[in-house]
Amino acid sequence: MKSLKSVVVWWCCLLLVGCGAGGERAEARLRVFAAASLTEAFEALVDGFGARHPEVAVELHCAGTPQLVLQIREGAPVDVFASADAVQMQRVVEFATTLGEPQVFATNRLAIAVPAGNPHGIAGLADLARDDLRVLLCGPDVPAGRYARQVLERAGVAVRSVSDEPSVKSVVTKLLLGEVDAGIVYATDVAAAGAALTSVAIPSESGVAVAYPIVTLAQGASPETATAFVDFVRSDAGQRILVACGFEAP
Amino acid sequence: MPARNRDFPTALAVPALVAVAFFLLPLIGLLARVPWSRAVDLLATREVLDALLLSLRCSLAATVLSLVLGLPLAVWLSSGTSRTHALVRALVTLPMVLPPVVGGVALLLAFGRRGVVGAPLGEWFGIALPFHPAAVVLAEAYIAMPFFVLTVEAGLRALDRRYLDAAATLGAGPWRVFRTVTLPLLAPSLRAGLLIAWARALGEFGATITFAGNLAGSTRSMPLAVFDAFERSPDAAIVLSLVLVVVSAAVLFSLRRRWFPA
Repeated sequence: MKSLKSVVVWWCCLLLVGCGAGGERAEARLRVFAAASLTEAFEALVDGFGARHPEVAVELHCAGTPQLVLQIREGAPVDVFASADAVQMQRVVEFATTLGEPQVFATNRLAIAVPAGNPHGIAGLADLARDDLRVLLCGPDVPAGRYARQVLERAGVAVRSVSDEPSVKSVVTKLLLGEVDAGIVYATDVAAAGAALTSVAIPSESGVAVAYPIVTLAQGASPETATAFVDFVRSDAGQRILVACGFEAP
Repeated sequence: MPARNRDFPTALAVPALVAVAFFLLPLIGLLARVPWSRAVDLLATREVLDALLLSLRCSLAATVLSLVLGLPLAVWLSSGTSRTHALVRALVTLPMVLPPVVGGVALLLAFGRRGVVGAPLGEWFGIALPFHPAAVVLAEAYIAMPFFVLTVEAGLRALDRRYLDAAATLGAGPWRVFRTVTLPLLAPSLRAGLLIAWARALGEFGATITFAGNLAGSTRSMPLAVFDAFERSPDAAIVLSLVLVVVSAAVLFSLRRRWFPA
């Protein structure tokens, strides 16, 4: 009987420890979900926000927008969501409760990313149809993949992507590893990759409008702090950080 | 109370039940959300059939590769107890404990266009493995073959050596002993090894998506299709998952005598 008691006590302790760890919460914790292409810009924005609000612990999670939307749909406690397109944002607005309307806070341009020195001499979209090239795009549901397919369709270029990548960062990785010869990502991604990649500009007349909306979600833990963060992103200080990363003001 | 339960301390009942619930609840969660009325429609799409066909082809190819390369390796592993044997066994076991995505990264760095094997392959033969169905087969074989090798090696070590010795004393050479005595005696282990390797290959995700990419009809196997559908159409992902659960359960059922002797 004594052993039974000790086992029960032991298990209760374990359960309590588990619950304690789960229930522990910082005074102001902010969870921000941002599209993969915003990674560098939002790291800087989180730093800038942290300098003004040292009492807030910001957790930043960047991934392909559809993955973020999936996690929000399944109830992740997210305070702020920044999407790479209006389509995915609309889905979130439909199934989650938002505080206010989504606001566009930045725009971006698509670019053809190629290894430094452009070894295959890619001059524009038409070259991407060449048989000797391995071209990589994001999947059709990923904003960058959707934009890229729109641009290619408008230019009348048929491109067969070798894979449907989940995010622009994964396209950049495959380019850096030398597994593909070209990819369509955002101009900011090529800049963030440093000297290893060069971008070939896509003419603005065949371009699509890449706009990033941001919204505060009711399922987060701290709506006030979330609103403060969104305000900071849209403030002059926030916009300066975005422009420094290559984004443009809306 | 039946006699065989006499040794089970009652104090362990609660955590044991929690453990059972932990394994049961995900299945119930999945089953509860299966859109039964639309299940057939969701499965009968071009993409799902492509994924199913690709998965069947690649997992069977990976299983054949496991047999052709893994059986000789298992025979050699069972033939000695030297340090080299132990080292090789550790090497073969590594993919079983390695996160599959790490296996995928390693495969990409070895067989990719700039890899130690991939670069000469491309230069001499014009072969580029990543983003090709062959990469799916390699990724699946990398993860699944260890299960075959270890299962067969265990079977070989458990063989009654007297049969092999008897055949040898009657004048049979090592090759003939292997063919006519070892292999027939090994049949149950071979069957089990092939089945478990095939099931593991069918379920492979991390190494495949990292090394082979994800393109419908070319490298998108069933688990990748589940991952892909989950973002777009969760109902389709649930139905696809159900198919994989049924297949896995069927594998377990056919292995029941080996793993759950009455």
